[in-house]
Amino acid sequence: MHYDASSCNGCDIEVLACLTPVYDVERFGVINTGDPKQADIFLVTGAVNDQNKEVVKQLYDQMPEPKVVVAVGICACSGGIFKDCYNILGGVDQVIPVDVYVPGCAARPEAIIDGVVKGLDVLEQKRLRLQQEKEGSK
Amino acid sequence: MSDWMWIVAAVVFVVVGPLVGCLLAGIDRKISARMQNRVGPPIRQPLYDVRKFLAKEQVTPNLVQDFYVMCFLLFTIVTGALFFGGMDLLLVIFTLTLSETFLVLAAYSSGSVYSQIGAQRELYVAMAYEPIILLMAICYYLEFGSFAVSDIVESGEMAFVPLLGVFVAFLFGLTMKLRKSPFDLSLSHHAHQDIVRGMATEFSGRTYASLEIAHWYESVMLLGMMVLFFLNGSWTGVVLGVVVAVLAWILEIWIDNGFARMKWQTALKSGWVVGLILGVGNVAVLLLI
Repeated sequence: MHYDASSCNGCDIEVLACLTPVYDVERFGVINTGDPKQADIFLVTGAVNDQNKEVVKQLYDQMPEPKVVVAVGICACSGGIFKDCYNILGGVDQVIPVDVYVPGCAARPEAIIDGVVKGLDVLEQKRLRLQQEKEGSK
Repeated sequence: MSDWMWIVAAVVFVVVGPLVGCLLAGIDRKISARMQNRVGPPIRQPLYDVRKFLAKEQVTPNLVQDFYVMCFLLFTIVTGALFFGGMDLLLVIFTLTLSETFLVLAAYSSGSVYSQIGAQRELYVAMAYEPIILLMAICYYLEFGSFAVSDIVESGEMAFVPLLGVFVAFLFGLTMKLRKSPFDLSLSHHAHQDIVRGMATEFSGRTYASLEIAHWYESVMLLGMMVLFFLNGSWTGVVLGVVVAVLAWILEIWIDNGFARMKWQTALKSGWVVGLILGVGNVAVLLLI
């Protein structure tokens, strides 16, 4: 799933480029979905501000465990060039826990795919941990 | 075929059905990707997806929804088992509608407007293709004097030629039933043309996985209905039927990729126009000849 916080659209276009024939992220079985309830990986582009803070939080909470957050672009990682703006809180990690950081302005599609595939590894680890917790509680 | 052969056929459907359906879904995604000049996922991707959904946390707005989706899966299996078990075609159609109703109820049970819009659209689409399927059963009765699938198969005559009109109408209805573009109003396979996720908006984890498995069963059963048109009492009929069913599947993928979504008005109108002209026309021909 992809959510545009306050991105300038540069990273968003690169995220969409990952789905095109040239990069084809579906090779790894990844599909761009609009539904948080069926999503595993949450791609966020752009820094977080006061207005979309709640939206990002809510989308994150709606995703079932195990889930992974990938911050795409330098703004999502740290706030980037907008860091000191009065309305910007900073990177996505100010609001929700981030697992993978993909820097760049705009992040290259190759870097985004690399981040997503790294995210898949984190997802697998989280799944195993969840399984162990389940077995432990029995 | 003796009675126990039909029971074996029904059991084979219940066991092998989802495997074939999963393979069909994988082929669908691969061919779609190749049509868009992409490499596409591995053929087994739908299986990986379902396994992943089974392991995920279950988040549901209410308990009723999961119950309804389970009923949808159960009755889809029952429908297929009845069909492959050589039972009454009318019974098959009614259980098919019942399973559909459970899915719509599941979508209606959540408060999400997106899934409610999806459910509403699913009802419109169901209204569009139901006449086609009913007319198909009527034509079978007129030709073979029985609604039972076993009687139709054992008659040893190919239904394709006398039921040509209804066959074409069924092919048209297949696009709606498989929820392919341009009639994927309620639940699209493609994220880019859906309001969030249509009917499945509130489905997650196990519930979503059972929805997928039900779709696998459904595709196999619908293609089975396609094969029924070609059975002539020998193996050539079976082979011809399977070849045509596979070609129909590829045609559906092509249509899916070639068209944008249409409004429900178009779906309803075209469903009824095609159904009435070809279906009723076929009934008239069978009555006159």
